[in-house]
Amino acid sequence: MGKPKLLNDDGKRLDGRALDELRPLKIAARVLNDANGSAYVHWGKNRVLAGVYGPRECIPKHNSSPYAAQIKCRYNMAPFCSLEEHGRSGPSRRSVELSKVIRETFENVIIAGAYPKTQIDIYIEILQSDGGTRCAAITAAAVALADAGIPLKDMVSAVAVGKVEGKISLDLSKEEDNFGQSDMPIAFASRNGDVLLLQMDGQLTKEEIAQGLQMARNACVKISALQAEALRTAYDGAKNGEKQLDLSI
Amino acid sequence: MDIINELKRESVKKLLEKNERLDGRALDEYRRIEVHTKVFENSEGSAHVRIGKTQVLGAVKFGIAAPFADKPDEGVLSVGAELAPLGSFMFEPGPPSPSSIELARVTDRGIRSAEIIDTKSFFLEAGKALALYLDIYVIDNDGNLFDAASLAGMAALLNTKMPKVEEGKIIPGEYTGQLPVAKKAVSCTFAKIGEKFLLDPSLDEMRGMDTRLTVSTLPDCVCAMQKGEWGALKEKEIVELIELSFKKGEELRSLI
Repeated sequence: MGKPKLLNDDGKRLDGRALDELRPLKIAARVLNDANGSAYVHWGKNRVLAGVYGPRECIPKHNSSPYAAQIKCRYNMAPFCSLEEHGRSGPSRRSVELSKVIRETFENVIIAGAYPKTQIDIYIEILQSDGGTRCAAITAAAVALADAGIPLKDMVSAVAVGKVEGKISLDLSKEEDNFGQSDMPIAFASRNGDVLLLQMDGQLTKEEIAQGLQMARNACVKISALQAEALRTAYDGAKNGEKQLDLSI
Repeated sequence: MDIINELKRESVKKLLEKNERLDGRALDEYRRIEVHTKVFENSEGSAHVRIGKTQVLGAVKFGIAAPFADKPDEGVLSVGAELAPLGSFMFEPGPPSPSSIELARVTDRGIRSAEIIDTKSFFLEAGKALALYLDIYVIDNDGNLFDAASLAGMAALLNTKMPKVEEGKIIPGEYTGQLPVAKKAVSCTFAKIGEKFLLDPSLDEMRGMDTRLTVSTLPDCVCAMQKGEWGALKEKEIVELIELSFKKGEELRSLI
């Protein structure tokens, strides 16, 4: 398969977006009943579910800390998530790495010292993948943590920027990620602008990186507003009844 | 000992003496069931099923695989089930637990022995055939995963598109029509507590059960059964539960 042309003559991208435009993003909080906190993110064709358990007893006990909760994270791709072949279940090298960097992202904002000897589990399931799953995962997990009532210093939002046909572009689609020149996922603490996750592959100049960071920061302002809105909606509509995942949003 | 679970177990039993349940249902009544299909674009077929607070996803992916040696002219049908750790405080990440393997195998038997998928039509050439992977994903556990899984699996199969195959390869995102599905197989699960039977046991009810029986039916025959837990069943009880499974099975079939 040859490399498709990723930018149209009018400067718009294959899906009609401007360079600094996000794909459609929908967020819902409180979608699962058993998890202490949960969220669903539908971003482009990405469909991501996050569930949080804890603070709960740390197992095994010898791993527990007398000073703080242990944060655990599992990023997992469902075997049916890709348009291509059926995947294997269980962790891959990629998912183990992503679980680690996502955990480290949240270790910055969770006030873990409030819950010594416990653990907080962040479980992320990629139900459908479309490029940018780790950013969708972080965005979902942040809402799930807030829904679980876990004290956070800040909300976390994430988005990827990259280089497509020589132009810095926001929120790469799967094709742009596969055939573009660079991909740089970034997570921000919403209020103080701290960068909590930063990865990059491909080639960028330092000016392009600065431009990309700026673009991602602007987008994360919008994303964190949607996250707050999702939590507000969930709590306004809070009933004692069943929580329901609505995959049609 | 978990005090809260112990108390719940007791209240389930006490209510049952009056033929009542925690949520006010009749003994042979399902919780509210919702079935949503075509929930994913990337998989060839998909469904999201809710039974009360239990939520299960079913998704179909096709692949290319070598036929089994004993059936060289047939494609492969494979059913997997995963208890996603976000689905319950009891589910743990790691290798599949005995419960998730049992769930996958019981769901698989219900669909496989129903013979409603013509795997011979999956044959491509010597040593090559389409493989249908049906994944069951439990994302919220409030009991009776068996019926939710069989319903989600069946609903996903019923709206599965056949992939386009060219030169022995699947063309992603292109389809040639619907997967033919001859009939609808569904399961009904009962919990036995003392001498009484409860249809569609919730998690609290399952904690108090002595025995579990799952009966998968087609409109005209039984196509799989599974007894679970330490308790026992009488022959007469099994016949009665099969009778009820046909009746309740029709209700389930009308939903998918």
